[in-house]
Amino acid sequence: MSTSTGVINTEKFDHKYDDEIVKYFLMATIIWAGVALLLGIYAALELANYKFNLGLQWLTFGRIRPLHTNAAIFAFGGNGIFAGIYHSSQRLLKTRLFSDKLSWFHFWGWQLIILAAAITLPLGLTQGKEYHELEWPINIAVAIVWIAFGINLLQTIRRRKEPHIYVALWFYIATFVTIALLYVVNSIEIPVSWFNSYPVYAGVQDALVQWWYGHNAVAFFLTTPFLGLMYYYIPKAVNKPVYSYRLSVVHFWSLVFIYIWAGPHHLLNTALPEWAQTLGVIFSVMLWIPSWGGMINGLMTLRGSWDKVKTDPILKFLATGTIFYGMSTFEGPLLSLKSVNEVAHYSDWIIAHVHGGALGWNGFILFGMVYYLVPRLWKTELYNKSLAETHFWLGTIGIVIYIVSMWTAGIAQSMMLNAVDATGHLVYPDFVQTVVRIVPLYYVRSLGGLMYFVGYLLMVYNVVKTIKGAPVALAASAKREEANPVLKLDTQALVQESISEGPHRVLEGFPMVMTVLAVAAVLVGTMIELIPMITSTNAQSEEFAAFKVKPLTSLQLAGRDIYVREGCYLCHSQMIRTTVGDVLRYGPASETADSMYDHPFQWGSKRTGPDLARVGGKYPDLWHVRHLLNPRDIVPQSIMPTYSWLLEQKLDLGTIERRFSVLKMLGVPYSDEDVKNAAENAKKDSIAIAEDLVKQGGPQGLENKEITALVAYLQSLGKQTEKR
Amino acid sequence: MSILVLIVPLALLLGLFFVGAFWWGLRRGQYEDLESPKHRMLLEKD
Ligand code: HEC
Repeated sequence: MSTSTGVINTEKFDHKYDDEIVKYFLMATIIWAGVALLLGIYAALELANYKFNLGLQWLTFGRIRPLHTNAAIFAFGGNGIFAGIYHSSQRLLKTRLFSDKLSWFHFWGWQLIILAAAITLPLGLTQGKEYHELEWPINIAVAIVWIAFGINLLQTIRRRKEPHIYVALWFYIATFVTIALLYVVNSIEIPVSWFNSYPVYAGVQDALVQWWYGHNAVAFFLTTPFLGLMYYYIPKAVNKPVYSYRLSVVHFWSLVFIYIWAGPHHLLNTALPEWAQTLGVIFSVMLWIPSWGGMINGLMTLRGSWDKVKTDPILKFLATGTIFYGMSTFEGPLLSLKSVNEVAHYSDWIIAHVHGGALGWNGFILFGMVYYLVPRLWKTELYNKSLAETHFWLGTIGIVIYIVSMWTAGIAQSMMLNAVDATGHLVYPDFVQTVVRIVPLYYVRSLGGLMYFVGYLLMVYNVVKTIKGAPVALAASAKREEANPVLKLDTQALVQESISEGPHRVLEGFPMVMTVLAVAAVLVGTMIELIPMITSTNAQSEEFAAFKVKPLTSLQLAGRDIYVREGCYLCHSQMIRTTVGDVLRYGPASETADSMYDHPFQWGSKRTGPDLARVGGKYPDLWHVRHLLNPRDIVPQSIMPTYSWLLEQKLDLGTIERRFSVLKMLGVPYSDEDVKNAAENAKKDSIAIAEDLVKQGGPQGLENKEITALVAYLQSLGKQTEKR
Repeated sequence: MSILVLIVPLALLLGLFFVGAFWWGLRRGQYEDLESPKHRMLLEKD
């Protein structure tokens, strides 16, 4: 491969980049950002006061929350990285995108997927796996569009007119490859109907796959592409080379090899085998060092230019975003320590953590990019710089308010939940006592989000004005034409020098060290994961063998599907950890056997309400009916939404046989009889429960209503497992 | 935990892919010069 020509004679090459597609992705980024933020504020208000859902099932927290996360990650984040990747790749590779058709297929395909999500999620059509809620037809669409993106990116790289592949592009490649693999593996499910399916994995296995995916979605959707953007836009915006290119390369390769193993840190102190937890912790802590190397590299690029940062909103956003990256990647390993995790997990501390990342790192990098790109793409100047400045400060203060309020809420609530008095009893036995204390902070958090949103609105106004004011062609770009001539000369000299030194450099120093390290990392990873696996497979089956687990009846299963539909798992966990506080409050720690037939697992990740793993039998049926009808009739200070429609809607048993046969196929021990009689049995059980409710003094006519199924399911929790 | 039979090889495969990519980069001289690329990316006008 010739190394020199592409550099010196850049003018020779076709410079007609496809900026139209970049503009479209950029506009989509801006629009979806607004949707994601509004949904976030709305969800936050719903937690502060359930009445914000207006009593409409489509708007309850359990259905809005997945919409919010999907909009933030895949609509705002996704469109943002596509805009940035398509813009920067063309320039870094000095060639137009591979195929315009693929680009447009990618764009419209992605928007249609978002639209499909916006329709299905409020309808409760969900897989019940966080950040992986979309049902199987949409999964397939995502995979296809993603592959179109990948082909477009890789082929553009292949046809590059610049020999060197700049580090940002490596980050983009890793994004494509890793997400493709993770997404497909976590999507392996058996359809029941068009918008209903069960994952092939169950219980602890599903948990592991899900968080292997979930963690790496953060790593390879919200981190690597953004690092690529950072390594491109910071040097460009400040017009100075990255502090250390060598360090950026090390940053890339070390992240790529470590990140993939850190997933189990989402399941600490759970029924996941101890060694797998430890493995997750080790790799999470290891991540800290390269991450900070990257942050320092990004910030050091700005050394000697801090005066510019003070006056340039683009640099302000990019620099502060990078600082938030540093904060999140410090907090992450900290949260992976088991003792810290005991406090933080299931609490609002985690919510603070993800919003530091999402609002601070992802949001600010994208806003910086918007301010950088809009004037350049429309060949004009930014309409109003001080408005952008105000946006920055509103955003920053908003994030700080958000994070601090959620840190406080999380730590305070966990402390209360785990508080034990001298006699060994819980100081706050009623869960709701701890909820009441943090509700004011939910309002404060909403305020933080609102400020961030107002800042965003200023950006929208600024962008619209900038575009409207853009003349057809303007001298603005001419100003930038005078690239630094001294720099140009320097570079040429450098290039010549490195060429003359020739290939023997490969054999020594840095690259060799990197190869050895990379191979070592993989080998060590293999050993740590494989050896205990081989030994524990037997131990594990012995553990299962020690229990007799009843599969759910058809009515209970129908109830479980309603539980998933309503997103109860977004406020309730079903996993009693091995910690003192958990065991005192909820009973004996959950066994892996408890969820061995759960497709998907329902361990949850946040306890806005109490754990439900052993709630079966705790209350009579009528209690649950009244509680679901209006939680405040029973627990006056509850913030749980009302679910009155469950008493009105007829239970849909249309696919229950199919659901049973799919589960049977997946290894749940149902007999052919069970499958054949699933609908009939469900009806019988529903009538029995309804009659019983009337006897207890409850409402008439609940037979074959959804509520009977959900109550049957709730009463099964913790009752299915028996020690042999 | 039989799921590990799926996840671990896949993670390793991914690791191997990246080792391969790294190796490819080395062979193609991508890392021979770690100084000029950072200057060159600035030359592009916008
Ligand atoms: C917005 C968060 C939220 C959602 C969504 C939610 N809950 Fe709750 N839930 C709570 C809170 C808070 C409590 C504690 C106060 C109370 O008992 O009402 C609670 C309590 C409960 C309890 C009593 C647990 C006990 O041990 O006393 C049950 C049972 C329950 N919820 C079931 C459900 C079901 C079923 C759904 C879905 C249809 C659901 N919850 C959705 C927040 C939520």
